[in-house]
Amino acid sequence: MTDRIREKLQILADAAKYDVSCSSSGSNRKNKNQGLGNTGNGICHSYTEDGRCVSLLKILFSNVCIFDCSYCVSRRSNDVKRAAFTVQEVVDLTINFYRRNYIEGLFLSSGIFKSADFTMERMLQVVKKLRLEENFNGYIHLKTIHGASQEIITEAGLYVDRMSINLEMPTEVGLKQFAPEKSHAEVQKDLGIVRDRLIQLTDERRVIQHVPKFVPAGQTTQMVVGAHQEKDKDIILMADHHYKVYQLKRVYFSGYIPINEQEKMLPVVGSAPPLLRENRLYQSDWLMRFYGFDAQEIVNDQHPNLDLDIDPKLSWALRNPEHFPVDIQHADYRMILRVPGIGVQSAKKIVQARRFGQIHIDQLKRMGIAYNRAQYFIRCADTPKFKKEQQANQIRQHILQSGQSKYQKQLSPQLGFGF
Amino acid sequence: MSTYHFDQSMTGLLSCVYRSFQFKDFDVKLASNNSQASLFDECIEVASNDEHAERVWRGLKQKITAESLRSFYYCFLSEQEEAHQHLFNFCIYVFKNTHSVDRNYAHADILAVSQWAKQVGREKHRMEAFVRFKKCQDELFLSLVQPDFNVLPLIERHFRNRYQDQRWLIYDERRNFGIYYDLTAVHQVEMDVDQIDHAHKVGHSQSFSVELDDDELLYDQLWKDYFKSINIEARKNIKLHVQYVPKRYWRYMNEKTI
Repeated sequence: MTDRIREKLQILADAAKYDVSCSSSGSNRKNKNQGLGNTGNGICHSYTEDGRCVSLLKILFSNVCIFDCSYCVSRRSNDVKRAAFTVQEVVDLTINFYRRNYIEGLFLSSGIFKSADFTMERMLQVVKKLRLEENFNGYIHLKTIHGASQEIITEAGLYVDRMSINLEMPTEVGLKQFAPEKSHAEVQKDLGIVRDRLIQLTDERRVIQHVPKFVPAGQTTQMVVGAHQEKDKDIILMADHHYKVYQLKRVYFSGYIPINEQEKMLPVVGSAPPLLRENRLYQSDWLMRFYGFDAQEIVNDQHPNLDLDIDPKLSWALRNPEHFPVDIQHADYRMILRVPGIGVQSAKKIVQARRFGQIHIDQLKRMGIAYNRAQYFIRCADTPKFKKEQQANQIRQHILQSGQSKYQKQLSPQLGFGF
Repeated sequence: MSTYHFDQSMTGLLSCVYRSFQFKDFDVKLASNNSQASLFDECIEVASNDEHAERVWRGLKQKITAESLRSFYYCFLSEQEEAHQHLFNFCIYVFKNTHSVDRNYAHADILAVSQWAKQVGREKHRMEAFVRFKKCQDELFLSLVQPDFNVLPLIERHFRNRYQDQRWLIYDERRNFGIYYDLTAVHQVEMDVDQIDHAHKVGHSQSFSVELDDDELLYDQLWKDYFKSINIEARKNIKLHVQYVPKRYWRYMNEKTI
């Protein structure tokens, strides 16, 4: 018995690890009637050796799948051990891990066995049992199964905190090639169902006092990066579109890790995942969500790919020298935020502090801005009066020379040939 | 320049502030009661006085925002002499100004207090994450910890809200006190750590000498299995891993071995 559950957990956790979403924030479920658990700002309870956080018990319900997507470990034609949990097993694991403060909640996904609705129905049973029988108020992230019916999706929404369904490939062409049974239209339909229901409930809340909670932490999606020949522009514009149209909370990017030996169109097994590119994409994602950048400012037809040597904020600044230098004393918060080397926290501190007097270089440094980088783009009280204006490529060289990228060795963009 | 010796309590610290205004003596160095007296400075023992402290605290409440007051408390819990000094200077600066200055981050002490508060906040968050309960035979969920700063008072609320239907105890080995929830309220308790965790001074892996629940071993093992299974070998990045989970916490986390 013990060995069987251990084996199942190993197989089904191993298969689930390529889903990158692990956040447990955005919901505010309270612990009611002396029950178990609550949700808040999200906590990462541990970190694996690859440096990714462990917040939720991330498992597949079953890795039996009728689909044959070539980038996926659990695809039909792959020869791997198959396993499936029972509803009670998932519930016991979740509750017992949660009680020991190992996790924030459950992330349940699954391969599609029999049919989409049949699979989704089973997953819904787990969720309902946790919420209704165990009075569990921790975080639950449920994967929407590709092609599940509207009824079952809306019912699941009543019990979970977050739902997600993966776009998988940033372009429709890529998806057709590697996952012929899936389509972006289907994914968008499912995202649309939850969005529309959310809007409807928000409207009802204006008239009715008690409206049930519905997917309080919103929806997310994920794209595989580096499997097909997509450009960074495709990825970022796709993400931007989904933020705007489907009001997603997050779009995750997952550098493709080669696992398929048969498919010749995919990167060879053993080649290094594009970690640096993934990092630049996340930086761009942050720029769009927290720094007020528009997707077109980061990538456009002239610059379809992100610069791997420097971060997207710096490369925007170098491309648009007309906005600089920024006067720290008088400029808008919006503009201060756009200076390379100044983050949200420092920008806020600067705006607070300048009401009391002139801001000097040493104060900026103490507040935590990366002055090495910011110095070319700002003017403050004691900036030398006759500072020479430098060309964009000079600044770029200075910055690149002044520091060694911590990614240089570890996340080299060089192709690994796997021999 | 004079040196104030106080008992390291919040009351003591605020009493120092009171005294410095009473005697218009603002150039002050703080020191703990048992530290060595300096040769040239004037040394003054400041006794903790509830009334004086209360008065200063009320003053602070009026002068600074709730957020700064919170930072003030967090910073105090760091238990560092340097932080105490910043808190003292913070008070002097705030009280000497008629208008509100607690957000002037260009001022060294204001900035330092907010930075110390941030550090303590991080430690609080880490404790909320890294506490690992072991289920004992009498259904008590027990966790031993050794946080850098005194954060148990800060995490109490989080754990009380979260685990309402199980008895739990989080015990700080360094400061030798714990918080215990008995299904109705949280109490502060003291016990003999050596009895439960005899190697805590040596720092080797945790070896509990408590009777554990029958299921405890299974779930402990499952968690270790899970932790191994979700690692992606191709993305291995130990430097980042250690940055997120510093080694000083490994002893208390069952998925790591030291």
